[in-house]
Amino acid sequence: MKTESTLEKILASGHLAVTSECGPPRGAQPQKVREKAEMLRGVVDGVNVTDNQTAMVRMSSLAACIIIRQMGLNPILQMVSRDRNRLAMQSDIIGAYSHGIDTMLCLSGDHPKFGDHPMAAGVHDIDSVQMVEMVKNMRQEGRFQGGEKIDGPPQMFIGAAANPFADPFELRVARLAKKVKAGVDFIQTQCIYNVDKFEKWMQGVRDRGLHEQVYILAGITPMKSVGMARYMKNKVPGMDVPDELVKRMGGVPKEKQAEEGIKICLETIERLKGVEGVRGFHLMAIEWEHKVPEIVERAGLLPRPVEQANPQVGTGNA
Amino acid sequence: MITAERKPLEELIECLKPYRRILLAGCNECVTVCAAGGRKEVGILSSALNMHFMKEGKPLEIKEITLERQCDPEYLEQLAPQMDQVDAVLSMACGCGVQEVARRFKETPVFPALNTKFMGASERPGMWAERCQGCGDCVLGSTGGVCPISRCSKQLLNGPCGGSTLGKCEVNPDIDCAWQLIWDRLKALGKTELYEENLPAKDWRPGRGAGPRKILREDLAS
Ligand code: SF4
Ligand code: SF4
Repeated sequence: MKTESTLEKILASGHLAVTSECGPPRGAQPQKVREKAEMLRGVVDGVNVTDNQTAMVRMSSLAACIIIRQMGLNPILQMVSRDRNRLAMQSDIIGAYSHGIDTMLCLSGDHPKFGDHPMAAGVHDIDSVQMVEMVKNMRQEGRFQGGEKIDGPPQMFIGAAANPFADPFELRVARLAKKVKAGVDFIQTQCIYNVDKFEKWMQGVRDRGLHEQVYILAGITPMKSVGMARYMKNKVPGMDVPDELVKRMGGVPKEKQAEEGIKICLETIERLKGVEGVRGFHLMAIEWEHKVPEIVERAGLLPRPVEQANPQVGTGNA
Repeated sequence: MITAERKPLEELIECLKPYRRILLAGCNECVTVCAAGGRKEVGILSSALNMHFMKEGKPLEIKEITLERQCDPEYLEQLAPQMDQVDAVLSMACGCGVQEVARRFKETPVFPALNTKFMGASERPGMWAERCQGCGDCVLGSTGGVCPISRCSKQLLNGPCGGSTLGKCEVNPDIDCAWQLIWDRLKALGKTELYEENLPAKDWRPGRGAGPRKILREDLAS
């Protein structure tokens, strides 16, 4: 074991892991974080806390992670290279670990153009691959990116994203290989709707033996309505929603579409359980967090194997 | 080359209002090539300004001149004989030229007529696109001759991001995804193994990271 991360323990023991996410509120509303996270208690092994998701200002991921950690749950600190240079990243990582946050996800982040501050400058001092390497060296070598020694190096379990559906497809396995080379421990993928294409990607991943070097959690997002299916298909860059799914969602009456969306996602999970190299699921139920317990339950993924972390343990230097 | 676009006429009119005698100075280099501030554009802007101020009943006296290079002290001297006969200079050079005018002629106000945009190349007649951000430590040799710093919207040195779609960037379908271009070129060169090497975090000091830069060539310095 490289870290004390609950997620790592579960993955290492061979259980299918389950993570979900909590988008912090757009204001000083700590109770919103608690409400959303509370729904996930006992249901998931880690709660991703997004970092100014879709380039909109929100409560910082670090602050929301601390709230969630104090509730005795396991937050996963998301960090995008858009908003921070390497100094800010490293200080926040040390800060997070000092609060008992031992798992993180390194991302490049959506471009500011998509958010509510399109006039902002993107930082992009380092990219997500370089961020993974930096966090790994902080842990393994006990060194800052600039080379100096860290007194009390943070021991982060390091995640990153992979999108098997973006272009060019032939590069997508190689891009994962770059992250593996950089030292990533686990991957959460983009939402999977086109399972055939995902399986093709996984074949490529296995051909290179990458599935033995990194834990891959399959990304799942239930669709609430045919409108959402269409939006994901047409408006979200790098999202692949096959026509049959949009048709299937549109083929049921409006009040039954949510249930149809959940059925689709359960079928997807069932099919992915059989794919070699898939080590768990990352459920992104956007503004639909209360459905996560039901989905996890119906997918046969309950009970979760490990008890939640002790709320009293908050220093993280164990 | 350095590319630029002329500012809107209204903005230029606004800054010239307090003055009567103007020296309108173009430049024969980059801004001529990108049709923003060469001899021809000096002529066009001069007539437009003349027309406007004439209509207002406050005619301007505009002297036109186009220097070989405004960013070069040697050519800048050609402005000297004019300086005591004008109230202000409107420079149609890039930002470098404007600043050289300001540095050489301390007592005369100088205004930029252009918005300087980027270092780029002409993609087709009438279109220029960004190619280089002067990072001071060129990586083109590892990226198939396509610059990820100036041409990837997220400046990724290990792209592409998850938003690359059919060769286009997630930011705007008019932008080619730099990493698609890099990949295509590495394939064409038979050098796809270069992609697998992770480019390390960039040292920005040779770029703007260490403050404004200078080049000193002892062999040429006098
Ligand atoms: S790598 Fe640096 S020097 Fe080379 S083209 Fe790009 S920005 Fe310019
Ligand atoms: S789509 Fe391509 S060019 Fe645009 S940010 Fe992503 S990698 Fe860079």
